[in-house]
Amino acid sequence: MSEKPMKSWPERTPETAAYWAGCARHELLIQRCLVCGLHQFYPRLLCTACSARTLEWVRAAGRGVIKSFTIVRRAVSEAYAPDVPYVVALIELEEGPTMMSNVVGCDVGEVRIGLPVQVVFDDWSKDVSIPKFTPADRPVA
Amino acid sequence: MEIGKNSMTASLRGRTAIVGAADTEVGVVKHMGATQLCVDAILRALADAGLDKSGIDGLITCNSMAEPYLYHAETIAEYLQIFPRYCISVGAGGGTTFTALHQAASAIASGICHTVVIAMADSLRSGMSRQRALAMQSSTGHPQFERPYGAPVPGYYALLAQAHMHEFGTSAEHLAAVAVAMRKHAARNPTAQMRAPISIDDVLASRMIADPLHLLDCSLVSDGGSAVVVTSAERARDFKHKPVYLLGVGEGHAHEHISQARSLTTSAAVDSGRRAFDMAGVGPRDIDFAQLYDCFTPVVLIELEDLGFCAKGEGGPFVAAGSIDPGGPLPVNTHGGLLSHCHPGNPGSMFALTEAVTQLRGAAGERQVSQANLALVHAQGGIMSSHCTIVLGRERAT
Repeated sequence: MSEKPMKSWPERTPETAAYWAGCARHELLIQRCLVCGLHQFYPRLLCTACSARTLEWVRAAGRGVIKSFTIVRRAVSEAYAPDVPYVVALIELEEGPTMMSNVVGCDVGEVRIGLPVQVVFDDWSKDVSIPKFTPADRPVA
Repeated sequence: MEIGKNSMTASLRGRTAIVGAADTEVGVVKHMGATQLCVDAILRALADAGLDKSGIDGLITCNSMAEPYLYHAETIAEYLQIFPRYCISVGAGGGTTFTALHQAASAIASGICHTVVIAMADSLRSGMSRQRALAMQSSTGHPQFERPYGAPVPGYYALLAQAHMHEFGTSAEHLAAVAVAMRKHAARNPTAQMRAPISIDDVLASRMIADPLHLLDCSLVSDGGSAVVVTSAERARDFKHKPVYLLGVGEGHAHEHISQARSLTTSAAVDSGRRAFDMAGVGPRDIDFAQLYDCFTPVVLIELEDLGFCAKGEGGPFVAAGSIDPGGPLPVNTHGGLLSHCHPGNPGSMFALTEAVTQLRGAAGERQVSQANLALVHAQGGIMSSHCTIVLGRERAT
């Protein structure tokens, strides 16, 4: 816990408050357009496909596949050094959008492009939980 | 509909020229701060042009990380005691350099001003701690949706490399071949920071930073500055050096954060390149040498493909065949690039630009490209986000 404040904490904005509140409840929320049905991430004021401003929050299934990844061997800062080696990946969610995350709960050597993954939450504090992913065949606590 | 396609394509061809170009000392420069390096670059470029500071009426800079100012260009103008009628700081990461040149040419062609100095410098090596330099550069990640995951900048680019390898069979050896080629060029350039020859095996044996990128797949961290003087083609004839004409320019902007990229393996260099070639009225086969952005080795492969120098996915074999080496069919980064010459951050590709000017003047000495009439220079900023392509030539018309 002591090194965690040095990590890059997300500073929520009015636009992202619902997202982070969802993460704190261990729910991955993304936006859905009420006009064209597009799912999008990150949250925005407009639908990036049809420009409608009518968007709702929906809970994503939390499933996706690894689109690309890297194994970080030299941490970005001291706060991340104890985690080395760690995986940073781009996850394509089942609903369509892509998000960056860490792949955890497996050997870094198991990670490959196309690997199915599911969301897990890393609780940094009572209010801040970071969505991460683990191989879909692992049991989730 | 592409707005203004017909009216815009030829608008800047041959309208402006570079008449002064100079670099400061580069590498590890402990005796000057970033602001001094910026001013030193300007004074050297003015001397190269044979111009007094009173002869410039436009100034474009980019901010420094080591010595930032809220309004950087205004600060530099004040420092110099010049009073320009056009004065802006631009910021598009590594793409800043050529978007600045695009702005300068547009300002001159539209009559806002007649002679612009573009100057950029930073002290990433000596002006700030290693940790702070790393932290500043990785702040390019989205503060809420990327930075918490702890990727350093090489990690972001590694995502592109991994995707390219998966999709096209590009190998670690292909990536390493880019670093080896840059070092071959640097060996011929006395100002390059790293000149000792390296082999593919050296690259592969260097420390892994973020798979698949080894230490030698990553560019340098340097101090240094560079400046160019740009003026109208009409005025350019009155300067002491033969002008280097801006024949084509194009930009392409795809995203800012890599997690929002529409493609990991094809970039907006496709758009910037097509726009620049269309304006210049030439194509990839007409280019005698290219100066490409090489912050990490996979970037060069994607740029070679997206700018049309080889087929999509063929960047690795193209480089491995020696195509971009000194004396090859398309020498790339004849000064040694960001991988071996120097990389002080946002100013990085200024050195690619001043080198292109030196080559087109026929003044590159041992490393002179034979028949250097037409050059392409390209930079990208962010994580393969913002692209700008420039075509430069010895003659005003192609």
